[in-house]
Amino acid sequence: MNGFMALARAQWKGFWRDKQNWFWLMAFPLMFLLLFGFLLRDAGASKNTLTQIGSVAIIDQLPPEAKTQFDNLFDVTKTTDAAAAVESVRKGDVDAAVEQRGNEVILHYSQADQVNAARVQGTLGAFVDAANVAISGKPPTFTLDAVAAEDNSLKPIQFIAPGLLGWAVAMGATFNAAMPFVTWRTNKLLRRIRLTPVRTESLVASRLLVSVAVALVQMVVFLAVGVGLFDLKLSGSWWMAIPLLVCATLAFMAIGLIAGAISRTAEAASGIANVIILPMAFLSGSFIPLDQAPPWLQTISKFLPLGQLNEGLLDTMVRGEGPGSAMMPMAALLGFAVVFGLIAARLFRWED
Amino acid sequence: MTNVIETRGLVKRYGDLTAVDHVDIAVPQGTFFGLLGPNGAGKTTTLELIEGIREPDEGEALIFGEKVWPRNRALLPRIGVQLQASAFFERLTVAEQLRCFAELYAVPLTRIDRMIELVGLEDKRTVRTEDLSGGQKQRLSIACSLIHDPEIVFLDEPTAALDPQARRNLWDVLRAINAEGRTVVLTTHYMDEAEILCDQIAIIDRGKILTTDTPRNLITGLGAAYRILLSEGAVSEEEANRLPGVESASLDNGTLALTTHEPSPVLTALAERDALHGLQVTSATLEDVFLTLTGREYRA
Repeated sequence: MNGFMALARAQWKGFWRDKQNWFWLMAFPLMFLLLFGFLLRDAGASKNTLTQIGSVAIIDQLPPEAKTQFDNLFDVTKTTDAAAAVESVRKGDVDAAVEQRGNEVILHYSQADQVNAARVQGTLGAFVDAANVAISGKPPTFTLDAVAAEDNSLKPIQFIAPGLLGWAVAMGATFNAAMPFVTWRTNKLLRRIRLTPVRTESLVASRLLVSVAVALVQMVVFLAVGVGLFDLKLSGSWWMAIPLLVCATLAFMAIGLIAGAISRTAEAASGIANVIILPMAFLSGSFIPLDQAPPWLQTISKFLPLGQLNEGLLDTMVRGEGPGSAMMPMAALLGFAVVFGLIAARLFRWED
Repeated sequence: MTNVIETRGLVKRYGDLTAVDHVDIAVPQGTFFGLLGPNGAGKTTTLELIEGIREPDEGEALIFGEKVWPRNRALLPRIGVQLQASAFFERLTVAEQLRCFAELYAVPLTRIDRMIELVGLEDKRTVRTEDLSGGQKQRLSIACSLIHDPEIVFLDEPTAALDPQARRNLWDVLRAINAEGRTVVLTTHYMDEAEILCDQIAIIDRGKILTTDTPRNLITGLGAAYRILLSEGAVSEEEANRLPGVESASLDNGTLALTTHEPSPVLTALAERDALHGLQVTSATLEDVFLTLTGREYRA
């Protein structure tokens, strides 16, 4: 026990005294969080730009609550120059231009941007229909309530923060296992430790404790920045992220141990760890949400430890699923940990 | 005296190379034992086999009568090992390194200060090991190997790559360790170091132990002649040749060199003639022993 705590303390101090670790495992993933966070801040509630030519009664005379709804959907600029307005639609500067001649509402759109054109047509059409119903004086028979399947706070930050956290933790655990063991093998510290009465299990367990603690620090920092700066909303069972991260640390530590065992130098170990983690981060939706990704990519991600971790983090932290939703990913991560751990144990070398 | 270390027919091969070739060593308790040989002679591998960190291909090594391989955790608290490389935890200070090793051996933390004092690193307590000089690192690594008060200490080339002053400082530390009653096993490729420090020396070359004895016996055993050097003019070359016991005398570059196997009568005769001024007596050295044993010049 003495030996275990001594090794853990030594590694913990050594870790935080290395500025490289601060940068690569804290600042670097946080930079991505800030970058994506600011870039996509308003993407969830994106409005269409609309130029209003002259007076358009159907917009100008909307009742107050309908007007608020309209303003949430459209960014309106007014002009009297019809030709210029249509030209700017053609150039793609605005999504559409609208004018009203008598009872005819005319919408100018660009065929080059069919997605926005369809959206503007649909939305504006709904307002025209509503106006028609209102004029008829009868209450509408059918109503349509469109409700998002997710919590309605699901803005991009909700996807980004868990994905990037998963990536940061995966990197941390992998590098923290790969690098020290190579360094310790080359500078003979591993041999020196082996000459003390400490158990081999204590050595591995102390590394694990340090890696788990680092992962939890990463989680706290990520959540603090996400909640504080970008209004990240955590759903009920977010705390299940803690056991998820512990299981993930086990799996990625085993991967790191393999990388360390097959490398002669710390540089090579870091290279191998990068080659494993970076592509995995892309395929597992750490940088881009997988919901719109092709099905084959979603399938691949299910077979990657980071894919499982990200799925578990999303479910518990932002999708509002119960604690039970973390069980499958945790089981999968433990499975990866066992398989990779056995390989690592076979490849492990005390000496070069 | 009982032997605390014994090896029986130790063999270690690396491919075609036999790094350690049937080595038998016995080290009595309290001895300062030196394993002397040129680089690549098999000193370090022999030491590693004795420490139990390598598996021998043949034979066995015993410490306190117990087998060292496979890893014998009961034995480890009784031996201290200093490795060639500076094996320290990254970015820890001198005191923190010692603390970690103290806890690994579960010994009281009061040992830390004693060790720092022993190796003279009092003013480096809070300095990170990366910022220490080569000599300071060696001393810290010796302190780490002594933290648990072991009965046997293994030192692998502790003075390699040190400047002469640092070497001498370290010699004092090593003598102090041995004076406390510990058995010390040292590898070195410095003849003078082995001669000055060790009670017993095993000369090793190409994986084989050539001979084991005290430095004195090794040298006198050669039966080599003494050389007595005098300044020119103390006695004439002619007169010198006639002195009792002198086998030859020759004048070279202002120095008169006499060769003899019996220095006592020669020195007495010289004293009678009041010719001792600037006198030097040199005997054979371990280098001559090595030359005799291998037929090769010693090249560290």
